[in-house]
Amino acid sequence: MGIASRFEGRELACVRGGRIVFARLAFDVTGGGLLILRGPNGAGKSSLLRVMAGLIAPAHGALIWNGEDADADPVAHRARAAYAGHDDALKPGLTVREHLAFHAALRGADARHLDAALEAFGLTALATTPARLLSAGQRKRAALARLIAAPAPIWLLDEPTNGLDAGAVAKLETAIAAHRGAGGIVVAATHLDFAGAGAATLDLAAMRAA
Amino acid sequence: MNAALALIARDVRLAWRHPHEIVTILAFFVVAASLFPFGIGPEPQILARVAVGIVWVVALLAALMSLERLFQAEADDGSLDLLVGASAPLELLALAKIVAQWLTTAVPLIAAAPVVATMLNLPPEGFGVLMLTLILGTPGLSLFGGIGAALSVGARRGGALLALIVLPLVVPILIFAVAAVDAAIAGLSPRPHLFLLAGLSVFALTLAPFAMAAALRQATE
Amino acid sequence: MNWHRYASPAAFKRFAVRVQPWTAGGALACLGAGLYMALFASPADYQQGESVRIMYVHVPAAWMAMFVYANLALAAAASLVWRHPLADAAGRAIAPIGAAFTLLCLATGSLWGKPMWGTWWVWDARLTSVLILFFVYLAYMALNAAFDDPTRGSRASAVLALVGAVNLPIVKFSVDWWNTLHQPASLTRLDAPAIHSSMLWPLLAMALGYTLLFAYLALIRIRAELIERRLAVLTHAKFAAEPAR
Repeated sequence: MGIASRFEGRELACVRGGRIVFARLAFDVTGGGLLILRGPNGAGKSSLLRVMAGLIAPAHGALIWNGEDADADPVAHRARAAYAGHDDALKPGLTVREHLAFHAALRGADARHLDAALEAFGLTALATTPARLLSAGQRKRAALARLIAAPAPIWLLDEPTNGLDAGAVAKLETAIAAHRGAGGIVVAATHLDFAGAGAATLDLAAMRAA
Repeated sequence: MNAALALIARDVRLAWRHPHEIVTILAFFVVAASLFPFGIGPEPQILARVAVGIVWVVALLAALMSLERLFQAEADDGSLDLLVGASAPLELLALAKIVAQWLTTAVPLIAAAPVVATMLNLPPEGFGVLMLTLILGTPGLSLFGGIGAALSVGARRGGALLALIVLPLVVPILIFAVAAVDAAIAGLSPRPHLFLLAGLSVFALTLAPFAMAAALRQATE
Repeated sequence: MNWHRYASPAAFKRFAVRVQPWTAGGALACLGAGLYMALFASPADYQQGESVRIMYVHVPAAWMAMFVYANLALAAAASLVWRHPLADAAGRAIAPIGAAFTLLCLATGSLWGKPMWGTWWVWDARLTSVLILFFVYLAYMALNAAFDDPTRGSRASAVLALVGAVNLPIVKFSVDWWNTLHQPASLTRLDAPAIHSSMLWPLLAMALGYTLLFAYLALIRIRAELIERRLAVLTHAKFAAEPAR
């Protein structure tokens, strides 16, 4: 992780199904920063996160990483952006540990972060439990543990607290704080307030009315 | 490369833990093939003449059943986002999915083919070549099928659509596979047909990863 | 012609409005002359008799089936490379026209087959290839219409159109080969034999007439597609009651 990492979006526009979700959107987060996306349903929080992850090509504008256009090397951009969406992406027949090991391999990370990932989200005791036996909250924690199993400088979190109890939210806050402490960047779409010192907020509803 | 191997290992492990899926497909293979004698009569000569065609067509339909869920299941649970968002080339990951599908579906179908061929009274000279055509032709089948599966992710009526997309594309595979076995039964050399069949699979290998990757990117967008 | 000049929907509309009457008039004139020559002025075939006249409808329809598919593949490539709505609209608009020509080719082939072969359908190599081309058109149209988001339908069917374009020559080759294997000597083929000028002129007139008819229908349908999309956007804007932008 670079000391002076910086993730920007300039003049971003997103078109879905023939209509404009957002346009002329800009953001700027530096290493250690937390950007909270707010706005009502349909304001484009999820779309913006998917644009940031490189899953959706913006209709206009560019993502900039450390001053360089991320689109110039999309593979490198996908490697640095870890996306945790609404869906848990868990296969009923695989254990929690197998999911994390697969995800690490998929993203080219080695297996040494698996124990830390299980630990961080209180899953150590559930490591060998198949996903079909997990509760909704446990599933969400397993999905979030991927962030630690395969380290990446940018975390993109879509409603990460959905389905989590207070204890699990605290674990997520700890993980986010540790990631930011190490110079990482977090962008999260959420309704809840989570404790994040120095968090910036981007209100998509306000963008839209402007 | 490690990512692709991990994906193959994951899919094979999943298939191993949910054996009922392949068992259902194998059952379909045998049951559907056994319907033909009721439709066209049990005369051994007639069955012998059409046995290869039936084995191939029914194997094709059975393979389509497993292809229908190949990428749709990944899209449904959100895994597709992680695959498309991974730093490994999506072409390679799509190919890994096809390799796993081939290992977990085509290999069992190939293993079951002699049983079905025996029931349909395939002449003994045809067995070896039938197995060879299946080994050489099913990779092409899986690859073309993968294009259809990737294109129909998120589509309404995915299953019927998949068949409509894939079946015209695999006509050449069917033609050369059946011709090879017919040649062997007639005492001719099946080699030219087998080469053409292998060529079709290689052609599919050069085309399918790119088409699948393009389709999967569209599906997550 | 600089294609990009016509790539904006508004410029395309001006172009289409100007060209459309000419294509309609030309199509009528060519098809009228072609049909007159085909049905009355040209001689009957010494072998096939009067039924050879079906050829003048059938053979150009087969040409059009392939010509329209080539256009479809070009529109598909443009749709994937430039992501231009006009290319999407073109693909969606011309596929049914191509399918209709293909169906016309199959139907006239079948009509011709009854007196010549004594049966409505024969797995003749050419007819079989055209049948598979028809299936690919059907798959294209089904895939195009299979998604809630029309853009996704356009992109997915564009990939299919290109895969089909690469694969169809192989299908054609394998079907030809399969046919020679199973039917050693096809007696009378439904294609243009050694052409005499009395047969060539009606054939060319029909082909030109079909092409102009295709152009006319394509222009109308592309305009309709563009209007429909515009309408969808406006309707959505109205019901979403967006703040003024």
